[in-house]
Amino acid sequence: MIHITKRKEMPLWQSLAVRLGAIVIALVVCGFITTITTGLNPIDVYATMIKGAFGTARKTWTLLQELAILLCISVALTPAFRMRFWNLGGEGQILIGCFASAACMILLGDKVPNAVLILIMFVTSVAAGAIWALIPAIFKARWNTNETLFTLMMNYVATQIVAYFVIVWEVPKGSGNIGIINQSTEAGWFPVIGGQKYLLNVVLVAIVTVLMYIYLNYSKQGYEISVVGESTNTARYVGIKVDRVILRTLLISGAICGFAGLLLVAGTNHTLTTTLAGGRGFTAVMVAWLAKFNPLVMIASSFLLVFMDSGAGEISMAFGLNHSFGAILTGIILFFIIGCEFFITYKVNFAKKEGETNA
Amino acid sequence: MRMRGITKEFAGKVVANKDVDLDIYRGEILALLGENGSGKTTLMNMLSGIYFPDSGSIEIDGEPVVISSPKIAYDHGIGMIHQHFKLVNVFTAAENIVLGLVDNRRFDLAAAAAKINEICDAYGFDVDPYQKVYDMSVSQKQTVEIVKLLFRGADILILDEPTAVLTPQETDKLFAVLRNMRDDGKAIIIITHKLHEVLDISDRVAILRKGEHVGDMVTSATTSQEMTNMMVGHQVTLNIDRPEPVNTFERIRVEGLTVVDHEGVVKLDDVSFSMNAGEILGIAGISGCGQKELLEAIAGLQPVQKGSIDYLHRDGRVESLIGKDPLEIAAIGVALSFVPEDRLGMGLVANMDLADNMMLRSFRNGHSVFTDRKAPAHLAEKVVEELEVNTPSIHTAVRRLSGGNVQKVLVGREIASAPRVLLSAYAVRGLDVNSSYLIYDLLNEQKRKGVAVVYVGEDLDVLLELCDRILVLCGGKVSGIVDGRTATKNEVGFMMTKLGGGEA
Amino acid sequence: MLDLVSFIPRAVAQGIPLLFGSTGEIVTEKSGNLNLGIPGVMYVGGICGVIGSFLYERSVPDPSMINPALGVAIPVGCCLLGSLLMGLLYCFLTVTLRANQNVTGLAMTTFGVGFGNFFGGSLIKLTGATVPSIALSSTSRLFRTTLPFASSMGWFGKMFLSFGFLAYVAIVIAIVASYILNRTKIGLQLRAVGENPATADAAGINITRYKYVATCLGCMIAGLGGLYYVMDYANGVWSNDAFGDRGWLAIALVIFTIWRPNVSIPASILFGGLQDVPVRGHDRGARAHEPAQQAREPTAGKPRPAILPRGTLTERAPHTGARFFDSPRSAC
Repeated sequence: MIHITKRKEMPLWQSLAVRLGAIVIALVVCGFITTITTGLNPIDVYATMIKGAFGTARKTWTLLQELAILLCISVALTPAFRMRFWNLGGEGQILIGCFASAACMILLGDKVPNAVLILIMFVTSVAAGAIWALIPAIFKARWNTNETLFTLMMNYVATQIVAYFVIVWEVPKGSGNIGIINQSTEAGWFPVIGGQKYLLNVVLVAIVTVLMYIYLNYSKQGYEISVVGESTNTARYVGIKVDRVILRTLLISGAICGFAGLLLVAGTNHTLTTTLAGGRGFTAVMVAWLAKFNPLVMIASSFLLVFMDSGAGEISMAFGLNHSFGAILTGIILFFIIGCEFFITYKVNFAKKEGETNA
Repeated sequence: MRMRGITKEFAGKVVANKDVDLDIYRGEILALLGENGSGKTTLMNMLSGIYFPDSGSIEIDGEPVVISSPKIAYDHGIGMIHQHFKLVNVFTAAENIVLGLVDNRRFDLAAAAAKINEICDAYGFDVDPYQKVYDMSVSQKQTVEIVKLLFRGADILILDEPTAVLTPQETDKLFAVLRNMRDDGKAIIIITHKLHEVLDISDRVAILRKGEHVGDMVTSATTSQEMTNMMVGHQVTLNIDRPEPVNTFERIRVEGLTVVDHEGVVKLDDVSFSMNAGEILGIAGISGCGQKELLEAIAGLQPVQKGSIDYLHRDGRVESLIGKDPLEIAAIGVALSFVPEDRLGMGLVANMDLADNMMLRSFRNGHSVFTDRKAPAHLAEKVVEELEVNTPSIHTAVRRLSGGNVQKVLVGREIASAPRVLLSAYAVRGLDVNSSYLIYDLLNEQKRKGVAVVYVGEDLDVLLELCDRILVLCGGKVSGIVDGRTATKNEVGFMMTKLGGGEA
Repeated sequence: MLDLVSFIPRAVAQGIPLLFGSTGEIVTEKSGNLNLGIPGVMYVGGICGVIGSFLYERSVPDPSMINPALGVAIPVGCCLLGSLLMGLLYCFLTVTLRANQNVTGLAMTTFGVGFGNFFGGSLIKLTGATVPSIALSSTSRLFRTTLPFASSMGWFGKMFLSFGFLAYVAIVIAIVASYILNRTKIGLQLRAVGENPATADAAGINITRYKYVATCLGCMIAGLGGLYYVMDYANGVWSNDAFGDRGWLAIALVIFTIWRPNVSIPASILFGGLQDVPVRGHDRGARAHEPAQQAREPTAGKPRPAILPRGTLTERAPHTGARFFDSPRSAC
């Protein structure tokens, strides 16, 4: 008879070892699957993935940039998750932030100085993301609607808005694309610092991450978020205004998502498409969860996912495989990590059969 | 039925039951008596298949049986009613009752409803098969639970503290039904720690202490003193200290307070009284007659429809508490410690450690945006030491503590905020005798310090021994205020059930 | 202006995948599992059906020799098997290993969409086609077979009888699911498991089994939605990401139907209709640049910015649907 009990607490090193073990097993399983489905040598495939991630300085910077964006979004979603508010609307909040930035670039590109423009873009994109998160939050606070499904719907609305404006602003007419905005003037583009196009993004996200860590763990508001997440009844009893905390937290969550949208438009892509968020709003949920909602640990978990994706891109080029192969591998690795949490929280005892007295 | 040498350990350390032998006979009501944590519930859980004993054997009608799941317990006719009802709220009574039944007959709720009515008539229950559980009172839910067991043909019924949530009248009704079932030849085990109930209902009483079966006697041949001695192991003074109040003065004046809940039910109707500093004011009443709303209204957690709540300062200033939010009221010095039924739902955060829980009240102090973690840690250490909280460290999550320790933490924190008014509700709910006395001492100490203490309690004996004055509520109205020193239990009991008490 | 006789069939065709998805999700949710992996499951269901029929079509020398029974049974069987495996995976992680449902679901969507697109892409490469899609027209024809007298019944036939059998299967499943959930003992026990597992456990119900069975069945139903989309709606043409965000819409539908499969029938068709409307709105622009979009490069020369699940809300699904597969149905 198998008997499952909850563990007291596992030492940190041991839980890390379990997770690492899970990843290793996952990689081995992925290797098998790679060989079976493609006939390639898995070692070659992994080597190619590493090359794809760090092969050249440019690739490394691309990786860092992707890491920064994903990390930024994960950090954005974290306060909501700590409050047990399942914000699956990151996708829409980012996209609406992208939309706001791009709108400023297109409409004000030649009317105001660059610094002012970037400031305006910052304000509008952050505000747009915040509003997008605030709407489900209001419904949650007032009528206790299911936020998981509500935020999902908001994603859809955002996508449709962007789809509409892509047609409105398409360049050239009939192309269905906006193309690079302000290509000649570079108005509204983030400045290149240190000779690296993406450095500013990375620095900004690093700052946001550290600030979020401090906010959640050491500030009074962060403490309120934890209390509300654990027990709204208790929060009410000690005089925390639960509704206000929900709204404030989602405002922060959405604002940072909007900021991520700004980074995508002004810092990286300089364009607007419906696919700009690229599913990161969902990936970030996993990143945040894997990191147990600790912003600093998210650096590691988002690295894992970004590395898998960039590696997959490289494999698809090198071996002529479909890019989606990476998603399969990522999925498998995620399954293993998700599964291994069980062995960290619970202890499995194989109960002795009756008669076989003490061991 | 007999249980022999039952032993159960948890996590390899805590021995919940040690070598327990217990016999249960048909046609009798057995009371299982013991302090908190003496292993009553664990023992019964093994009988009903929720836990599996580490060693020992169980026989039913002379046949050895292995009860490895609730289902097998059902098959042997054993059914248990837990403190927390196992009902699905969105289902009707009938749906709950047929849930999980194994038979190959057609799914027929109408037939089930007919059978339910039959059972009800036989034993004197009152259940509407088509009523949804969320519309039911606690007592109705309990009835559904009992009918559910009978529906399945259970003839060994275990009730875990069934009266804890009932009014005296409901208790009487329950006991009448239990007697009917006993006369029908069923074996009934009732877990309780209320002595008068043991005397009232049971034929035989078995007493557990620290997981061991210490005694077994015929109820009619014993006294509550004898049972208490066996239960706690040594003589306890049943007297609770009651220091004479000194320097009392009016602290809070409530006039014409009316509270209507969000469903439009009048919870408090024109309630007026005053609370004095240096005095313990008891609040008595059957459950759900407005105690909770009264305290919440004072603490600013409950919107008030009519009336006034005034705080009287020493210098004669009068400050209205109505319209203030809980924080402002707390800042004046009104502390509320409410121990809910599940002990954790309000006031404490289960997953946080002791230190962080201490912070719940105080984390806003100071102008910094950051929390101060040192002071709460010191406070936690102090509470652990002074109240003898049994915990590995102050960084242990509260959910890992036992019920009594959790309550000590909660009450300790409220007292630590040096309140001028201490509202305590069910502070000893579910606590064993020793822990309860510790809490009474704490309240008395606050009283001596000149705090206006409110004690909402369930046990009339305690109210009458601890409190200086007792406010009796009945259906949201003040039934009367009596002097704790002169009032009798009968008198208060009457007032709880009938406005003004006495004859009408 | 709104031509009901042609609009209703379009709305239904759009709505059926949603109906499959939402019915599947409702059955799953009744057991207390919110499966966010449904979008992935629908991809897997679709591609498994495609793989099955692809291999079968290739194994017969000539399309005319396809056995109609096998031609239908193989894709349906493969689709059910694939979705079942996904359901088992979800259950193993969330029920047996007690993992977080949201995260597991999202990981399943990542995996499922990747799985669909990878094998879709591989098959496309196998065929050596120049367009990024696989056409299984013979199988599709089987799936799209309508009642012989449907066309002779004028507008009535067109509005109610012009669909392939899977559409009716969807409606039947929804009705049967409704009945089972609300009127039978199994349904009662399943709802108890979802509402209050502790109570169900105390009542002697095997929670684990109910969760497994309900979730796996739910996944299989949802998987059929993917199959319907490819075989019927898309005329047997698989192209990567074409399925779009229908899976998410199906999940959203669950709320609107207040967890009732029978309500989901009209609701899905309504959603399907709404999805169809905006397409007409800016189709004019979209049509012109189809090839560019088919190449699937948002901005020329740049590496695709997306990281993970492509099937998430990234597609302009309505476009894709109407663009690629403006079905002969609406042409006639």
